[in-house]
Amino acid sequence: MKSSVITFPGSNCDRDMDVALKKFGFKNKMVWHADAELPKSDLVVLPGGFSYGDYLRCGSMASKSKIMQSVINFANSGGMVMGICNGFQILVETGLVPGVLLRNKYLEFICKNVFVKINDKKNKYFKNVNNEVLEFHIAHNEGNYFCTQDQLKEIEDNNQIAINYCDENGKIEDQFNPNGSIKNIAGIFNKEKNVLGMMPHPERMIDTSLSGEDGSLFFKNLINNLK
Amino acid sequence: MKISVIITLKKDVLDPQGKVIHQTLDGMGFNDVNEVRQGKYFEIDTKETDNDKAKAKVEEMCKKLLANLVIENYKIIDPK
Repeated sequence: MKSSVITFPGSNCDRDMDVALKKFGFKNKMVWHADAELPKSDLVVLPGGFSYGDYLRCGSMASKSKIMQSVINFANSGGMVMGICNGFQILVETGLVPGVLLRNKYLEFICKNVFVKINDKKNKYFKNVNNEVLEFHIAHNEGNYFCTQDQLKEIEDNNQIAINYCDENGKIEDQFNPNGSIKNIAGIFNKEKNVLGMMPHPERMIDTSLSGEDGSLFFKNLINNLK
Repeated sequence: MKISVIITLKKDVLDPQGKVIHQTLDGMGFNDVNEVRQGKYFEIDTKETDNDKAKAKVEEMCKKLLANLVIENYKIIDPK
Protein backbone atom coordinates (compact mmCIF):
# COMPACT_ATOMS: atom_id res chain seq x y z
CA MET A 1 0.00 0.00 0.00
CA LYS A 2 1.31 3.41 -0.92
CA SER A 3 0.82 6.50 1.17
CA SER A 4 1.80 10.15 0.90
CA VAL A 5 2.27 12.61 3.74
CA ILE A 6 2.11 16.28 2.76
CA THR A 7 4.58 18.60 4.46
CA PHE A 8 3.52 22.25 4.73
CA PRO A 9 5.75 24.98 6.12
CA GLY A 10 5.12 24.58 9.84
CA SER A 11 4.00 20.94 9.82
CA ASN A 12 5.60 19.11 12.74
CA CYS A 13 3.92 15.71 12.92
CA ASP A 14 4.81 14.75 9.35
CA ARG A 15 7.80 12.63 10.33
CA ASP A 16 5.92 10.93 13.19
CA MET A 17 3.26 10.00 10.67
CA ASP A 18 5.94 8.74 8.27
CA VAL A 19 7.33 6.48 11.03
CA ALA A 20 3.86 5.20 11.93
CA LEU A 21 2.81 4.46 8.35
CA LYS A 22 6.06 2.63 7.58
CA LYS A 23 5.89 0.64 10.81
CA PHE A 24 2.59 -0.90 9.71
CA GLY A 25 3.59 -1.63 6.14
CA PHE A 26 2.84 1.46 4.05
CA LYS A 27 5.38 2.55 1.46
CA ASN A 28 5.30 6.20 2.36
CA LYS A 29 6.48 9.23 0.43
CA MET A 30 6.87 12.73 1.82
CA VAL A 31 5.38 15.35 -0.50
CA TRP A 32 6.21 19.06 -0.38
CA HIS A 33 3.27 21.49 -0.36
CA ALA A 34 4.57 23.40 -3.40
CA ASP A 35 4.54 20.29 -5.61
CA ALA A 36 1.70 20.08 -8.07
CA GLU A 37 1.45 16.32 -8.52
CA LEU A 38 0.55 13.70 -5.94
CA PRO A 39 2.50 10.45 -6.26
CA LYS A 40 0.31 7.39 -6.85
CA SER A 41 -1.22 6.79 -3.41
CA ASP A 42 -3.75 4.60 -1.65
CA LEU A 43 -3.82 7.05 1.25
CA VAL A 44 -2.93 10.73 1.57
CA VAL A 45 -2.29 12.18 5.02
CA LEU A 46 -2.35 15.84 6.02
CA PRO A 47 -0.29 15.85 9.22
CA GLY A 48 -0.47 17.88 12.41
CA GLY A 49 1.49 21.02 13.15
CA PHE A 50 1.14 24.74 12.67
CA SER A 51 1.07 25.24 8.92
CA TYR A 52 1.84 28.85 7.98
CA GLY A 53 2.09 29.69 11.68
CA ASP A 54 -1.70 29.34 12.01
CA TYR A 55 -1.99 32.79 10.39
CA LEU A 56 -5.47 34.11 9.57
CA ARG A 57 -7.26 30.90 10.60
CA CYS A 58 -5.62 27.55 11.31
CA GLY A 59 -5.26 25.65 8.04
CA SER A 60 -6.59 28.45 5.85
CA MET A 61 -3.34 29.18 3.99
CA ALA A 62 -2.36 25.53 3.64
CA SER A 63 -5.77 24.75 2.13
CA LYS A 64 -4.85 27.04 -0.80
CA SER A 65 -1.36 25.64 -1.40
CA LYS A 66 -0.45 24.12 -4.74
CA ILE A 67 -0.58 20.44 -3.78
CA MET A 68 -4.05 20.82 -2.26
CA GLN A 69 -5.77 21.05 -5.64
CA SER A 70 -4.41 17.56 -6.41
CA VAL A 71 -5.45 16.35 -2.95
CA ILE A 72 -8.96 17.74 -3.45
CA ASN A 73 -9.23 16.07 -6.88
CA PHE A 74 -7.94 12.82 -5.36
CA ALA A 75 -10.53 12.99 -2.57
CA ASN A 76 -13.35 13.88 -4.96
CA SER A 77 -12.54 10.83 -7.07
CA GLY A 78 -12.88 8.59 -3.99
CA GLY A 79 -9.26 8.60 -2.76
CA MET A 80 -8.60 8.10 0.95
CA VAL A 81 -7.54 11.35 2.62
CA MET A 82 -6.94 11.62 6.35
CA GLY A 83 -6.26 14.91 8.16
CA ILE A 84 -4.93 14.79 11.71
CA CYS A 85 -5.10 17.85 13.98
CA ASN A 86 -3.83 20.72 11.79
CA GLY A 87 -4.61 18.37 8.88
CA PHE A 88 -8.24 18.33 10.07
CA GLN A 89 -8.19 22.13 10.21
CA ILE A 90 -6.88 22.18 6.63
CA LEU A 91 -9.63 19.76 5.54
CA VAL A 92 -12.42 21.94 6.92
CA GLU A 93 -10.92 24.97 5.18
CA THR A 94 -10.99 23.12 1.84
CA GLY A 95 -14.63 22.24 2.43
CA LEU A 96 -13.94 18.50 1.97
CA VAL A 97 -15.47 17.94 5.40
CA PRO A 98 -18.13 20.24 6.86
CA GLY A 99 -17.79 22.65 9.78
CA VAL A 100 -14.90 24.57 11.33
CA LEU A 101 -12.54 24.26 14.30
CA LEU A 102 -12.73 27.14 16.73
CA ARG A 103 -10.46 28.14 19.58
CA ASN A 104 -10.81 25.75 22.54
CA LYS A 105 -13.65 26.76 24.81
CA TYR A 106 -11.45 27.54 27.83
CA LEU A 107 -8.68 29.19 25.76
CA GLU A 108 -6.10 26.62 26.81
CA PHE A 109 -3.71 24.68 24.65
CA ILE A 110 -4.67 21.09 25.53
CA CYS A 111 -2.04 18.35 25.49
CA LYS A 112 -3.18 15.05 27.00
CA ASN A 113 -4.48 11.56 26.33
CA VAL A 114 -8.19 11.22 25.66
CA PHE A 115 -10.63 8.41 25.01
CA VAL A 116 -12.72 8.44 21.87
CA LYS A 117 -15.67 6.27 20.95
CA ILE A 118 -15.98 5.00 17.42
CA ASN A 119 -19.36 6.13 16.12
CA ASP A 120 -19.31 4.49 12.72
CA LYS A 121 -17.55 1.38 11.48
CA LYS A 122 -19.02 1.23 7.99
CA ASN A 123 -15.91 2.83 6.53
CA LYS A 124 -12.36 1.87 5.65
CA TYR A 125 -10.85 3.69 8.61
CA PHE A 126 -12.60 1.88 11.46
CA LYS A 127 -14.06 -1.25 9.87
CA ASN A 128 -12.97 -4.35 11.84
CA VAL A 129 -11.56 -2.42 14.79
CA ASN A 130 -12.66 -4.65 17.67
CA ASN A 131 -12.55 -1.96 20.33
CA GLU A 132 -15.39 0.50 20.77
CA VAL A 133 -13.18 2.97 22.63
CA LEU A 134 -9.64 4.02 21.71
CA GLU A 135 -7.09 6.01 23.68
CA PHE A 136 -5.41 8.66 21.56
CA HIS A 137 -3.42 11.82 22.24
CA ILE A 138 -4.57 15.37 21.56
CA ALA A 139 -2.46 18.53 21.40
CA HIS A 140 -4.25 21.57 20.07
CA ASN A 141 -5.43 25.11 20.67
CA GLU A 142 -8.21 25.14 18.04
CA GLY A 143 -10.08 21.85 18.23
CA ASN A 144 -13.51 23.09 19.20
CA TYR A 145 -15.64 21.62 16.42
CA PHE A 146 -18.46 23.86 15.27
CA CYS A 147 -21.00 23.72 12.47
CA THR A 148 -24.37 25.22 11.68
CA GLN A 149 -27.58 23.49 12.81
CA ASP A 150 -28.33 22.57 9.20
CA GLN A 151 -24.87 21.07 8.78
CA LEU A 152 -25.23 19.16 12.05
CA LYS A 153 -28.50 17.66 10.92
CA GLU A 154 -26.93 16.57 7.65
CA ILE A 155 -23.87 15.16 9.44
CA GLU A 156 -26.07 13.15 11.79
CA ASP A 157 -28.48 12.01 9.06
CA ASN A 158 -25.54 10.68 7.04
CA ASN A 159 -23.78 9.22 10.09
CA GLN A 160 -20.70 11.32 9.35
CA ILE A 161 -19.47 11.57 12.95
CA ALA A 162 -16.40 9.32 13.12
CA ILE A 163 -15.40 9.57 16.79
CA ASN A 164 -16.61 11.37 19.92
CA TYR A 165 -14.71 12.29 23.08
CA CYS A 166 -15.79 9.99 25.92
CA ASP A 167 -14.56 8.33 29.10
CA GLU A 168 -12.74 5.00 29.19
CA ASN A 169 -16.05 3.15 29.15
CA GLY A 170 -17.35 5.00 26.12
CA LYS A 171 -19.70 7.32 27.95
CA ILE A 172 -20.12 10.49 25.87
CA GLU A 173 -20.78 13.36 28.27
CA ASP A 174 -19.96 17.05 28.60
CA GLN A 175 -17.39 16.42 31.32
CA PHE A 176 -15.32 14.32 28.89
CA ASN A 177 -15.36 17.04 26.24
CA PRO A 178 -11.92 18.67 26.37
CA ASN A 179 -12.46 21.62 24.04
CA GLY A 180 -16.15 22.47 23.74
CA SER A 181 -16.83 20.62 20.47
CA ILE A 182 -20.46 20.26 19.45
CA LYS A 183 -21.71 16.77 20.46
CA ASN A 184 -18.19 15.88 21.69
CA ILE A 185 -17.12 15.51 18.06
CA ALA A 186 -13.45 14.56 17.74
CA GLY A 187 -13.51 13.48 14.12
CA ILE A 188 -15.84 13.52 11.12
CA PHE A 189 -16.08 12.07 7.62
CA ASN A 190 -17.22 13.53 4.35
CA LYS A 191 -20.47 12.10 3.02
CA GLU A 192 -18.75 9.26 1.16
CA LYS A 193 -16.50 8.46 4.16
CA ASN A 194 -13.28 8.38 2.16
CA VAL A 195 -12.15 11.61 3.84
CA LEU A 196 -11.55 11.63 7.60
CA GLY A 197 -10.59 14.62 9.72
CA MET A 198 -9.82 14.16 13.41
CA MET A 199 -8.09 16.10 16.17
CA PRO A 200 -6.51 13.11 18.01
CA HIS A 201 -3.12 11.77 16.92
CA PRO A 202 -3.10 7.99 16.36
CA GLU A 203 0.56 8.25 15.26
CA ARG A 204 1.50 9.11 18.84
CA MET A 205 0.14 5.80 20.13
CA ILE A 206 2.22 3.22 18.30
CA ASP A 207 4.78 2.28 20.94
CA THR A 208 3.83 0.66 24.24
CA SER A 209 7.05 1.75 25.93
CA LEU A 210 6.47 5.41 25.00
CA SER A 211 2.71 5.83 24.99
CA GLY A 212 0.15 3.19 24.10
CA GLU A 213 -0.90 0.89 21.34
CA ASP A 214 -4.34 2.04 20.24
CA GLY A 215 -2.70 3.87 17.33
CA SER A 216 -1.14 0.56 16.33
CA LEU A 217 -4.61 -1.01 16.27
CA PHE A 218 -5.82 1.82 14.08
CA PHE A 219 -2.99 1.66 11.52
CA LYS A 220 -2.87 -2.16 11.36
CA ASN A 221 -6.56 -2.19 10.70
CA LEU A 222 -6.38 0.64 8.16
CA ILE A 223 -3.78 -1.06 5.96
CA ASN A 224 -5.76 -4.32 6.06
CA ASN A 225 -8.92 -2.51 5.03
CA LEU A 226 -7.13 -0.91 2.10
CA LYS A 227 -5.70 -4.17 0.74
CA MET B 1 -6.72 52.27 -3.89
CA LYS B 2 -6.99 51.11 -0.30
CA ILE B 3 -9.96 49.04 0.73
CA SER B 4 -10.70 48.00 4.28
CA VAL B 5 -12.44 44.84 5.40
CA ILE B 6 -13.84 44.00 8.80
CA ILE B 7 -14.44 40.35 9.69
CA THR B 8 -16.68 39.56 12.62
CA LEU B 9 -17.88 36.32 14.17
CA LYS B 10 -21.50 35.45 13.48
CA LYS B 11 -23.94 36.04 16.29
CA ASP B 12 -24.30 32.51 17.64
CA VAL B 13 -20.60 31.58 17.42
CA LEU B 14 -18.84 31.40 20.77
CA ASP B 15 -16.11 34.03 21.18
CA PRO B 16 -14.12 33.05 24.29
CA GLN B 17 -11.50 35.77 23.65
CA GLY B 18 -14.20 38.43 23.55
CA LYS B 19 -15.55 37.03 26.82
CA VAL B 20 -12.17 37.27 28.55
CA ILE B 21 -11.68 40.82 27.28
CA HIS B 22 -15.13 41.66 28.62
CA GLN B 23 -14.26 40.20 32.03
CA THR B 24 -10.97 42.12 32.12
CA LEU B 25 -12.71 45.36 31.22
CA ASP B 26 -15.19 44.63 33.97
CA GLY B 27 -12.33 44.11 36.43
CA MET B 28 -10.83 47.43 35.37
CA GLY B 29 -14.00 49.21 36.32
CA PHE B 30 -15.72 49.43 32.92
CA ASN B 31 -18.88 47.99 34.37
CA ASP B 32 -21.37 49.10 31.74
CA VAL B 33 -20.18 46.78 28.94
CA ASN B 34 -22.86 44.36 27.71
CA GLU B 35 -20.70 42.22 25.46
CA VAL B 36 -17.36 42.22 23.60
CA ARG B 37 -16.89 40.45 20.28
CA GLN B 38 -13.42 40.27 18.79
CA GLY B 39 -12.90 40.50 15.02
CA LYS B 40 -10.28 41.14 12.35
CA TYR B 41 -9.46 44.19 10.26
CA PHE B 42 -7.64 44.20 6.91
CA GLU B 43 -6.32 47.02 4.71
CA ILE B 44 -5.88 45.92 1.14
CA ASP B 45 -3.95 48.18 -1.21
CA THR B 46 -4.92 47.23 -4.76
CA LYS B 47 -3.72 48.39 -8.18
CA GLU B 48 -7.33 48.52 -9.36
CA THR B 49 -8.51 52.11 -9.79
CA ASP B 50 -12.19 51.47 -10.46
CA ASN B 51 -14.12 51.56 -7.20
CA ASP B 52 -16.74 48.94 -8.07
CA LYS B 53 -14.26 46.55 -9.64
CA ALA B 54 -11.95 46.84 -6.64
CA LYS B 55 -14.80 46.15 -4.24
CA ALA B 56 -15.91 43.15 -6.27
CA LYS B 57 -12.38 41.73 -6.18
CA VAL B 58 -12.11 42.24 -2.43
CA GLU B 59 -15.48 40.59 -1.97
CA GLU B 60 -14.13 37.55 -3.83
CA MET B 61 -11.05 37.58 -1.55
CA CYS B 62 -13.34 37.61 1.48
CA LYS B 63 -15.34 34.65 0.25
CA LYS B 64 -12.32 32.60 -0.82
CA LEU B 65 -9.79 33.32 1.92
CA LEU B 66 -10.24 36.20 4.35
CA ALA B 67 -13.46 34.97 5.96
CA ASN B 68 -14.81 31.52 6.74
CA LEU B 69 -18.48 31.96 6.01
CA VAL B 70 -19.53 29.16 8.34
CA ILE B 71 -18.61 31.31 11.33
CA GLU B 72 -17.75 34.79 10.06
CA ASN B 73 -19.32 37.78 8.32
CA TYR B 74 -17.36 40.31 6.32
CA LYS B 75 -18.00 43.98 5.71
CA ILE B 76 -16.22 45.96 3.02
CA ILE B 77 -15.66 49.62 3.91
CA ASP B 78 -16.12 52.00 0.99
CA PRO B 79 -12.81 53.46 -0.14
CA LYS B 80 -12.54 57.20 0.36
